[in-house]
Amino acid sequence: MRLGVVVFPGSNCDRDCVHVLRHVLGRDVVELWHGDPAIEGVDAVVLPGGFAYGDYLRAGAVAATSPIMPAVRAFAASGGPVLGICNGFQVLLEAGMLPGAMLRNHVLKFQCKPVHIRVESTRTPFTHGLREGQVLRMPIAHGEGNYFAPDPLLATIQESEQVAFRYCDAHGRVVSEANPNGSLNNIAGVCSPQGNVLGLMPHPERASEEVLGSTDGRMLFESLVAWLESRRAVVVG
Amino acid sequence: MRVTILAPEVVGLTPGEYEDICRRLGRDPSPLELHLFGVMWSEHCGYKHSKLALRALPSDGPHLLAGPGENAGVMDIGSGWAVAFKMESHNHPSAIDPYNGAATGVGGIIRDVLSMGARPIALLDSLRFGGFDDPKVRRLASSVVAGIAGYGNCIGVPTVGGEILVEARYRGNPLVNVACLGLVRAEQLARACAAGPGNLVMYAGARTGRDGIGGAAFASEELDERSEREDRSSVQIGDPFTGKLLIEATLEALATGGVVALQDMGAAGLTCATSEMAARGGVGMAITLDLVPLRESGMRADEILRSESQERMLLIVRPHEAERIAAVYRRWGLNAAVIGTITAEPELRITHQGTTVAALPPAVLAEAPAYQPAASEPLRLWDQWTLNALPDEADPAQALLALLASPDIASKRPVYEQYDHSVQVRTVMPPGAADAAVLRVHELAPKGLALTVDGSGRLCALDPRRGARLAVAECAANLACVGAAPLGLTDCLNFGNPDDPEVFWTFRQAVAGIADACRAMGIPVVGGNVSFYNESAGGPVPPTPIIAMVGLVDDVSRAPTMAFRADANIVILVGDPAADLAASSYLEVVHGLTRGRPRDVDFDAHQRVLSLIRESIRRGILRSAHDCSEGGVAVAVAECAIAGGVGAAVVLPGGSRRDTALFGEAPSRVMVSLAEDSAAQFFAMAAEWDVPLTVLGRTGGDRLEISVADGPDRRPILNLMLAELAAAYQSLSEVFA
Repeated sequence: MRLGVVVFPGSNCDRDCVHVLRHVLGRDVVELWHGDPAIEGVDAVVLPGGFAYGDYLRAGAVAATSPIMPAVRAFAASGGPVLGICNGFQVLLEAGMLPGAMLRNHVLKFQCKPVHIRVESTRTPFTHGLREGQVLRMPIAHGEGNYFAPDPLLATIQESEQVAFRYCDAHGRVVSEANPNGSLNNIAGVCSPQGNVLGLMPHPERASEEVLGSTDGRMLFESLVAWLESRRAVVVG
Repeated sequence: MRVTILAPEVVGLTPGEYEDICRRLGRDPSPLELHLFGVMWSEHCGYKHSKLALRALPSDGPHLLAGPGENAGVMDIGSGWAVAFKMESHNHPSAIDPYNGAATGVGGIIRDVLSMGARPIALLDSLRFGGFDDPKVRRLASSVVAGIAGYGNCIGVPTVGGEILVEARYRGNPLVNVACLGLVRAEQLARACAAGPGNLVMYAGARTGRDGIGGAAFASEELDERSEREDRSSVQIGDPFTGKLLIEATLEALATGGVVALQDMGAAGLTCATSEMAARGGVGMAITLDLVPLRESGMRADEILRSESQERMLLIVRPHEAERIAAVYRRWGLNAAVIGTITAEPELRITHQGTTVAALPPAVLAEAPAYQPAASEPLRLWDQWTLNALPDEADPAQALLALLASPDIASKRPVYEQYDHSVQVRTVMPPGAADAAVLRVHELAPKGLALTVDGSGRLCALDPRRGARLAVAECAANLACVGAAPLGLTDCLNFGNPDDPEVFWTFRQAVAGIADACRAMGIPVVGGNVSFYNESAGGPVPPTPIIAMVGLVDDVSRAPTMAFRADANIVILVGDPAADLAASSYLEVVHGLTRGRPRDVDFDAHQRVLSLIRESIRRGILRSAHDCSEGGVAVAVAECAIAGGVGAAVVLPGGSRRDTALFGEAPSRVMVSLAEDSAAQFFAMAAEWDVPLTVLGRTGGDRLEISVADGPDRRPILNLMLAELAAAYQSLSEVFA
């Protein structure tokens, strides 16, 4: 099993993702350079957080058109698991691989703090090992994380179980006080109709080690690994 | 024939300095050369007024790998790893253009640490503003914070700590001091010492434009009313995205082994980087300005040389590696161009459009004259002030709430939530959690690093030497509260015009105070920065030496926070409980008085207290630890209670006055809490270290109850809900909304 982490110029959580996947989960990890038009030999792709290409335009807008993205799109179309974290989520939205868009945080400021999110769907490779309604604690760090989707689209997303996470309080209640950025219906993460592409604003890689205060984020990566292993077992069997 | 086209004053030099230049060169400088002297002999680059006084600072220690004079100080942290540490001011640019001034302050200090071959892993900032009741100050402060966030968040270096203090005299001249810490393999330490005739001089990074021209000279003047209009072009514009690329590309370039030396192009740009690197190595350089990547056409030689465009590095590379190194930069989308060669003869020869525009020994440029300015003690700093004239506090609860809500003490959460403080997955103790930030170093697990920054203009205005001693002592106490032993410090000395003998006297006193404390505690000064001319129409800023200190933690998982953790823990004040209100926050906040002489540090007692705290943390005894400083015992216990959401009932040692018992200040006191079953062990350890302990009470409930011992009885003084305390403590939410 080999996991790929995309490195855009301006990604700044790529090393953190590599660290967690390689040293905490003990997996084989390769960095995927944004300028390479092909990705080969990986079983999952992570688009990390940061400010790809500086994000001087809308966050993720330039990265969505970078040379590697057609390959990421093809990988996803073939059912491969793709995880976009923070800026990676913004890139997936801008690339049209996930529905909706990001606005500036309603407080109009960058926000870095721990939040709680509730698992809304276990149909993605990254959440299938979790429980619906399970509450996870991990940090956010973004200025444009105010999720928006126009009305008919929002209804579709919700009806087709594409909402993967919602911001909630420590008890799992989805309340407006727990919404750090003004996201519509407290949406913190969404997935593709097939479920194999997931984007979320909080940083699971920053909550993957006891010493950093939470290991809840590691469950997403462990879930992915278990999903990939079970699929391989099916293929081999 | 002697033709002076340019008066020395035009470039900020005195007639005497001009004579000195002529003597050292044996001729008149060309107009362009004079421009170069203007920036290199500016106070900002040349340290003319400070370098003799700074010799008083001790700068050696067992862990020191590189000290003052380098781009950053470097300390060994064991197992082949080292940290680079440096702090700098960006006060003047921030006064004129707060967002860009603060942003480029962050970018500049990051490149200083990068110049040592280190990956920048943390930022701290120390800010001073006028009062927040002034809308102009609020706007300025919000923009400074936004600038730090804008640059630091994008470049991916976490801002893990800092401080903000407010005083009217910073209104026209805010202070923005930024410190950066980097991590490097000791054997990969880079230097800024040019060497090897025939080696190539490579320019890397962003293109050169017309921004920040003469910024170093601008930083060496007082601000006045026209500054905001006319000096804007002296402020650089930052591009954190390019800064991020520069970090990755430069670390990759260094890994090739082909880089002999490097330095960032910050203050005084290409002039400074070429002359300083050549001077350090005793070599010369032949530079062709036509090869410098430019952002716009038609730039004059002096503009190219003095531009302070950001995100640029100058490298000395081996010729056969040059193409490989340039390819690294290009892969990251950056410019890389060979612009010259190293020569054996120590001459900096600069050509432009086929003409030699400057040819002079680099050392003459790089070694500005050193002055011994006149110093005279101000007539009155502290006076024979006594508390007697003041009635005892009638409403202690209101006084405590006022202190908690005062900008210096109030929670800085609305500020640090705007900073990414968890990127790079090292932050064990985020801002606000403990007295110092704690970073794990997974390369050395379970070890980690602790960082803190401290300084008090109020204390230094009353007694600069004691104020400086207190700042160093408090940094060490902050580190001890997370279990860290100090490795070294870097300072940023912010003062007014050094030609004012009273300003210079306070400067020398502050330097002496830092030196006292460093000697007493065995902490080296690994680098620093001096910022003079912090004056505006309102006069000079208070003398403000800022200290940033880094320490080593044996096991980050044992570091306590300041928060009370559980009910029924014992609350203890460690150290001599005696304190007084002279120079205190209470006097300032509640009575509007800045009076009295701050209490001095007894370093022997201080060291014993800190050793006890560190050792008891190592043994896992303490549930919480918090330095008891501004606002005294009452504020310290309130902060521990608010942080933990756990109340307390405490009885303070009796005295004649309630205000002194509650809010009196003294160094070397730490508020700790611990479980009942560790008490006996802690008492025994305290006896061993000969440290006095005062058991104050117990944690629990949702209220803070404070009484004062009165013989065998106790007199209740205040009783407040935690929610009330917390609401007061969040007063800055509105300022930084």
